[in-house]
Amino acid sequence: MPTSLVDGDSLLAVDIGAANTRAVLFDVVEGQYRFLAAGTAPSTVEAPYKDASEGVRNAIDQLQSTTGRSLLDDSRGLISPTQPNGAGIDVFVATMSGGPTLKAVVVGLLADVSLASARRLTETIYARIVDSIGLSDHRRPDELIDSLLRQRPDVVIVTGGTDGGASRSIQKILEPVGLASYLMPQEKRPAVLFAGNQKMQDEVRSLLGTLASALHFSPNVRPSLETEDLDPAARELARLFVEIRKHQIKGVDTIDLWTNGHFLPTGYAAGRMMRFLSKVYGTSKGILSVDLGGSAAVIAAGFKGKSTLGVYPQFALGENLPGLLNYTTLEDILRWSAVDISPGVLRDYLYQKALHPSSIPATKEDQAIAHAVARQALYLSMQAAKREFPRYAAILKAGLTPLFEPILAGGGALANAPSPGQSLLLLLDAIQPVGVTTVILDQNNLLPLLGAAASRNNLLPVQVLESGAFMSLGTVVSPVVTANYGSQILRARMLYEDGTEARADLKFGNIEILPLQAGQAARLNLQPASRADLGFGPGRGGTIPVSGGALGVVFDGRGRPLNLPEDAGRRRELIKKWNWTLGG
Amino acid sequence: MLAPVLHILALTNIVRERALPVPGKVSARLQQKVSATDVVAEASWAREHALIDVARILHLSPSAADKLIKCKVGDKLAAGTVVAVGRGLIPRSVRAPKEGRVVAAGGGEVLLEVGESTVHLRAGIPGTVVQILPERGVVIQTAGALIQGVWGNGRIDTGLMVNLAEKADGVLAAGRLDPSLRGSVILGGQVKDAETLEAAAELPVRGLILSSLYPSLLAVAREMRYPIVVTDGFGSLPMNSAAWKLLSTNAKREVTLNAEPYDRYSGARPEIIIALPVSQEPAAPNEVEVFAPGQTVRLRRPPSLGAIGTLVYLNPGSTLLTSGLRAPTAVVKIETGESVIVPLVNLEVVG
Repeated sequence: MPTSLVDGDSLLAVDIGAANTRAVLFDVVEGQYRFLAAGTAPSTVEAPYKDASEGVRNAIDQLQSTTGRSLLDDSRGLISPTQPNGAGIDVFVATMSGGPTLKAVVVGLLADVSLASARRLTETIYARIVDSIGLSDHRRPDELIDSLLRQRPDVVIVTGGTDGGASRSIQKILEPVGLASYLMPQEKRPAVLFAGNQKMQDEVRSLLGTLASALHFSPNVRPSLETEDLDPAARELARLFVEIRKHQIKGVDTIDLWTNGHFLPTGYAAGRMMRFLSKVYGTSKGILSVDLGGSAAVIAAGFKGKSTLGVYPQFALGENLPGLLNYTTLEDILRWSAVDISPGVLRDYLYQKALHPSSIPATKEDQAIAHAVARQALYLSMQAAKREFPRYAAILKAGLTPLFEPILAGGGALANAPSPGQSLLLLLDAIQPVGVTTVILDQNNLLPLLGAAASRNNLLPVQVLESGAFMSLGTVVSPVVTANYGSQILRARMLYEDGTEARADLKFGNIEILPLQAGQAARLNLQPASRADLGFGPGRGGTIPVSGGALGVVFDGRGRPLNLPEDAGRRRELIKKWNWTLGG
Repeated sequence: MLAPVLHILALTNIVRERALPVPGKVSARLQQKVSATDVVAEASWAREHALIDVARILHLSPSAADKLIKCKVGDKLAAGTVVAVGRGLIPRSVRAPKEGRVVAAGGGEVLLEVGESTVHLRAGIPGTVVQILPERGVVIQTAGALIQGVWGNGRIDTGLMVNLAEKADGVLAAGRLDPSLRGSVILGGQVKDAETLEAAAELPVRGLILSSLYPSLLAVAREMRYPIVVTDGFGSLPMNSAAWKLLSTNAKREVTLNAEPYDRYSGARPEIIIALPVSQEPAAPNEVEVFAPGQTVRLRRPPSLGAIGTLVYLNPGSTLLTSGLRAPTAVVKIETGESVIVPLVNLEVVG
C-alpha cells in the first residue's frame, strides 16, 4: 500500500522561476491528494538579493497567509515534519528555472552519434552550447584550450565510445579540457558530466577529478552505436545542474537541503511527468506538454512510456528575447499579429522587454505584440522538438505534429493569457495539433512540481491531475486537409448526454465551436470530406466520446500546416475573426 | 511586494566594489584618492597557448618523454629553446615554437602560455579607496549624484558635461557635434543614426549620455572607444524626467560615465556619477524596497513608458487591465497630473 494512503503526507513544492517563485501546497482531503493553495513572490535570484531562498521564504509566507498554516519557524526555517498543532510540512520538493543560462561545451567522437546525443542531453537543462569538440574538429589542442578559456563553460558534457569501445580518442579529446580547467581560477572551473564509454571512468577520474569543479558519471548515453539511452544521463545532469546553481546562487544550497536532494530543473521535472503520464495513461498517441516562460520554452513529450525533452532558453520570453532574432525574422513574428505593427516597433519591443522581463502588457497593442512573439517562440520550439520525436510516434502526414492526447500547456504566456480562447488560439497556431485531442491548461503551473513530487509520492501526481486542478480548454478537432478557402471539409454532430444534439459544418479556413461545458461528456459524430484526415484515414469519419471544457469542442479548419494569407490586411482580419470565434 | 530599485539621486553615498576577473596585483592603496580612469589593479594572462607534444615528436611513451623534458613550470623560454632532447646517435631536439612561459609539464607534454596580455582594472568612479580586496581589487567610496542607466558599452571616462539635448526628448544629430566639444561628455537625448556616434568618436568626446538608442545601432555603439550610457531604453524614448532634471541642472560639471553593461545577476549597471564635495557623508541609497504609497516610481511598460510618478495607492487583490490580463496594481499619479493604474511588475522605485 502506498505510504501516502497511510500517512497522508503533506507536500510543499516550490518553483524558483526567472521572475516569480511559487510555493504550492498539496495535502490529503477526503482521502485524495488535492492542490490546496499557492503563494507567489518575486524571485530573488538576481541582484540586489542574490539569494534564491529569500524568494522561496517570501512565497511560503504568502502561502501561510492564504492557508493560515505555519510552514516557517521564527528563524524562517522550514518546519518539518508536520507538528501536532498542524504546523509544518512532511515532504518538500523544489524545481528551478531561474538564473543565468548555463554555458555548455559538448565533447564526443562522431558528430552524428555521440555529439548528437550530447546535444540532446544538453537540451534537458537550461543551457546553451558554446562549443562542440569531436573527432572531426580540426583545431589543434592548444587552440581548443584557448577556446575553452575564452568560453568559460559552466559545464562540459562528455560522451563518446561504446562501452568497452574507443578510449584513446576520447582521452585525447579530453586532454585540452583538463588543461584548460587547470589554467582557470579554481572558482571558475567547469563541472563535468561523463556519459561515455563506461570502461573509461577511472581514466576520466584521474584526468579530470581534481580539475573539474564537480565530476559526475552516468551510464553511457550510447552503450552501443545503435542504442541511445539519455534518461540516466539526463537524471545525473539534472543533479549536476543543481550543484552548479549551488555554486552560482546563494540560498540554493539551503533549498536543496530542505528538499533532501529532491530538487530538479523545472524543465526536467516536466519531462519526468510526461514519462510518468505516458506510462499511466499511455495510448497509441503521445502526450505533450508545452511551457513558455521567461527562462525557456520547454517541450516535453511522452511516447509509450518514453519521453523526449527539449529545454530551449533561446526561445524564452525573458532576458534572452533579442536573441530570438538569431532564429527568426521580425516579419515572421509579425505574421501572427492581429494589429498592424511596424518591424521597428517590434524590434524595440524585444529589446525593451528584455530589460524588464517580469513586466506584463497593459494595453491591447502591447498584448498583441507579446502574443505574436509568444506564438513564434513556441512555434520554433515545437519545430525543434519535432526533430527529436521518435520515429514510431503516430503521425498523419510527414512533417506535421504527431497525434497527441492530451496536450498540456503552461508557463506565463499561456497560463496567464487574457482569456482561455486566446490561450487556445496561441497553442493551435504554434503547435498545430492534428486529429482529435484534448487541450488542458495548467493555469497554476503545477506540472513540473508534480514531476518533482512524483519521486517522493507517486500517488499524488495522479490524484491531483484527476482532481480538477487543471483547466480543460476543451476537445480540439483539427483535420489534416488542403482545400480552397470556404469549401466544406467536415460535418459534425454532437449528441449531448441529455439527448439534445448540435451540428457544425466546418469550412476550410474557419474555426467553429460546439458548446460542451467542463465536466460534461458527449458523443461526437465526425464526417470529414473525402481527403480530410482526422486520424481515421482520409475521408473516414466515426463517432467518438468527447469531454467538455472552457471552450467546448473546437473545430480548427485552417488546415495543416497552417498557411496564413500573404496579404497582411486579409491575414489580420482572419486572426481577428478566429480570436473572436474563440471568445476574444 | 518587493520592488526593483532604480537609483536617480541628487546626493548619495556611493560605494562600489571593483574586482579583476582573475587574481592579479592591486596597485591602489587604502585611503588613496582615485579618479574614475585610474588603474587600481591589474592582472596578466596569456593571449594564447602552445602545446608541445614531446612524446609524439620523439615517438616515446609519455613517461619516457617526461624524463627528457628539460624545463619546468614557471620557466620562461625564448623561441627555439630546447625543451627536450631525444636519445640515440643523432638525438632529435624539441624546441619551443614561440617565446612563452611554461604553465604545465607532464604526461609527455609541455604547455606554454604565449603573448602576455594585461588587463587594467580602472576605478570606475572617482573617490577614495576604502577597502583592498587582496589580489582582486578595491572598494571605492564617493559622494555625489548618481543616475543609473539601462545599457552601457563597457567604457569608462570623465569629462565636463555639455547639454546638447535641450529637452528630455531631444535628438542628437552629427551636425551638432563641433570641435569645441572635444573632450566633453555630451548629454545628447536620442541618437538615431550611426553617423552621430562616429562623429562623436572623431572629435573625440569623453562620453555620451543618451535617453534611448535604436537596437540597430547597438553593434556600432559597442565599438565606440568612449563610454555611452543609455538611461531609458531602446527605440525613440525621451529621458525620464528624474534623470533629465538632475543631469540638465548639472551641466558644466565634471561627470563620470561608467558604462558597465547591465548584469541583472551581479547587479552591475551603467552609471553616471557627479562627485560632489560634502562635509558630512550622505546616506547610502536603499537597495531593497517594498512598494508603498508616496514612493517615486518609473513606469517600465506602455502606456506612459518611462514616465515618473508618485505611487498613490496599492489596489487590493488584482485588477483587470486594458490588455485583458489581471495583476496586482497601483494607482500612480504621473507628472501630467493624470492618475493611471499600473501593474506593480511594470513599476520600479526611483530613489
